[in-house]
Amino acid sequence: MSGHASNYQPKSAFAKWFHERLPIMDMVQGQVLDFPTPKNLNYFWTFGGILAVMLLIQIVTGVVLAMHYTPHVDMAFDSVEHIMRDVNSGWMLRYMHANGASMFFIAVYIHMFRGMYYGSYKAPREVLWMIGVLIYLIMMATAFMGYVLPWGQMSFWGAKVITNLFSAIPFFGDSITTLLWGGYSVDNPTLNRFFSLHYLLPFVLAGLVILHIWALHVVGNNNPTGVSVKSAQDTIPFSPYYTVKDAFAIVVFLMFYAAWVFFSPNYLGHAINYQEANPLVTPAHIVPEWYYLPFYAILRAIPDKLGGVIAMFGSILILFALPWLDTSKVRSGNYRPIFKQFFWLFVINCIILGFAGSGAPDNYFLSHEAANPDKWALTYKLVGQICTAYYFLHFLVILPLLGLLETPKPLPASISDAVLARSNPSTAHVPAE
Amino acid sequence: MSTAEHAETNRRDFLYIATGAVGAVGVALAAWPFINQMNPDASVLALASVEIDLAPVAEGQEITIKWRGNPVFIRHRLAAEIEAASKVALTDLKDPLARNANLPDADPATGENRVVGGKEQFLVMMGVCTHLGCVPIGNEGEFAVVEGNTKHGGWFCPCHGSQYDTAGRIRKGPAPENLHIPQYAYLSDTKIRIG
Ligand code: HEM
Ligand code: FES
Repeated sequence: MSGHASNYQPKSAFAKWFHERLPIMDMVQGQVLDFPTPKNLNYFWTFGGILAVMLLIQIVTGVVLAMHYTPHVDMAFDSVEHIMRDVNSGWMLRYMHANGASMFFIAVYIHMFRGMYYGSYKAPREVLWMIGVLIYLIMMATAFMGYVLPWGQMSFWGAKVITNLFSAIPFFGDSITTLLWGGYSVDNPTLNRFFSLHYLLPFVLAGLVILHIWALHVVGNNNPTGVSVKSAQDTIPFSPYYTVKDAFAIVVFLMFYAAWVFFSPNYLGHAINYQEANPLVTPAHIVPEWYYLPFYAILRAIPDKLGGVIAMFGSILILFALPWLDTSKVRSGNYRPIFKQFFWLFVINCIILGFAGSGAPDNYFLSHEAANPDKWALTYKLVGQICTAYYFLHFLVILPLLGLLETPKPLPASISDAVLARSNPSTAHVPAE
Repeated sequence: MSTAEHAETNRRDFLYIATGAVGAVGVALAAWPFINQMNPDASVLALASVEIDLAPVAEGQEITIKWRGNPVFIRHRLAAEIEAASKVALTDLKDPLARNANLPDADPATGENRVVGGKEQFLVMMGVCTHLGCVPIGNEGEFAVVEGNTKHGGWFCPCHGSQYDTAGRIRKGPAPENLHIPQYAYLSDTKIRIG
């Protein structure tokens, strides 16, 4: 990691002996405890720490679940019921793991929208952002394969629909799905390999998180003003200020998480997944977990199979190009009055997309009633189509143009300036001491 | 730079590239078993065929059997369903190909080409939506034959709304192809073997 200007002084003879052989405490001091961090970070900056804790919780609960789980089509469903009924505290471990996945996604979405609002993807943080997008992609793959493991109806049909996406690829499509399944349908070989990969990928994620933090520590944190750190006065050491702030946020988030686990553990799931997988009957209404719904809406918006698949993957991959699509040099949305409004429109659009992905395509939006096919009607599908168009419009037209057309508000001279102006407007331009 | 040095640089470059190329081929060869292990194994391939007696399937009735992990629909069609299917102009079809594993790939999706041996009463096809693989629901959708309050034939896919007609041909929705017809043969007048 860069900037090894740590003040670490080994205190005991053993610490000195160890330091000369592996200077890890030096790194902890320089990169964790003393790391210079902008002094104005708000609570949106605590989600990185929350995400790290959630990854750890998923790994710990997952490893213990794996001690009782059997990855075989004849036994998987029963082994999960065995975890729920027979294993000591098994019900709690499983509910922690299942709801933990949802909490992980809530945190990652807040973390990503934070980056979008404050322009954290802009130079010099492009690589940091792109590693983040990669982490998000692998998280989605991990949660998808995990959801297949209990081998309920939704597990099976979700797996079938998603793996079939690859059959849209011209020429090789069918060979690819056969390769993924290890057969002609989702079956035992599929379940077995998904279990293997579901165990592996979280550790790949842990590796990527290290790269993500490495990239962060090369360029430093962004901050709510988006103005770069100009002097040592703009920063404070990470500890104790941010260790305590992060710890507080983590505890609050864990309380929110615990409320789901203990009071409403199945609310975010689907009742039909407590029915064992049946390859001969598709449930009347199949939907993915809530965190995939916006992308599912995009998939269904395009009436063509290959087109839908391209739009769906494109909607995630476009995030890799975001640093170059946004042409504005000003990072923070606080100083971009028009961008700010479009940002919130984009957030609302993503939420509506989520609703659009949740219902039967030809029902009236937000209703269980089938629409009259002969009359114009606002159906789930139509709402999905409008919002999909807007999603791409935001990235491909609005962001590139806004950077050229919008006049940003004047930026503060430094982080310290902005902080002082907020607490005492009259001292705005008195240099901090 | 002297010519000798120049020549030497070139020779090195060549050696680097040649070594790299041989290494890359080696890595690709070594990777293949790790990829190919994912393909269907011998035990999966062994589950190749099933025999079904059609005699108990009454007119207007449909049964679903499992073959290679997938549902196969076997429907004893009513005369009205067969007629409805044969009346459709080929130009009205979204997918003009028969998708019948027992016929050449290029054959058109006429009503007759959707069955084997001219036995149009028995429609045998994969119950796998060609969109993303859900199992379509029978006697449903806009292309069923309607008699009073009942629908006969026609399939509707609950997942993303694809509609198939009484010959299992895609007519509406995101699915690109007609429901596939597996390889099957009549062993006797009322007995078939799939696979
Ligand atoms: C990125 C971290 C992870 C995520 C997002 C994740 C997500 C999920 C999800 C959504 C489920 C389905 C829960 C349900 O509805 O029952 C699941 C199940 C499972 N996961 Fe994970 N997981 C993660 C890490 C791990 C790890 C490291 C292991 C270690 C082996 C593991 C082992 C299992 C097992 C055995 C099940 C099946 C039991 C069950 O369904 O509750 N997971 N996972
Ligand atoms: S799987 Fe049948 S319409 Fe999508």
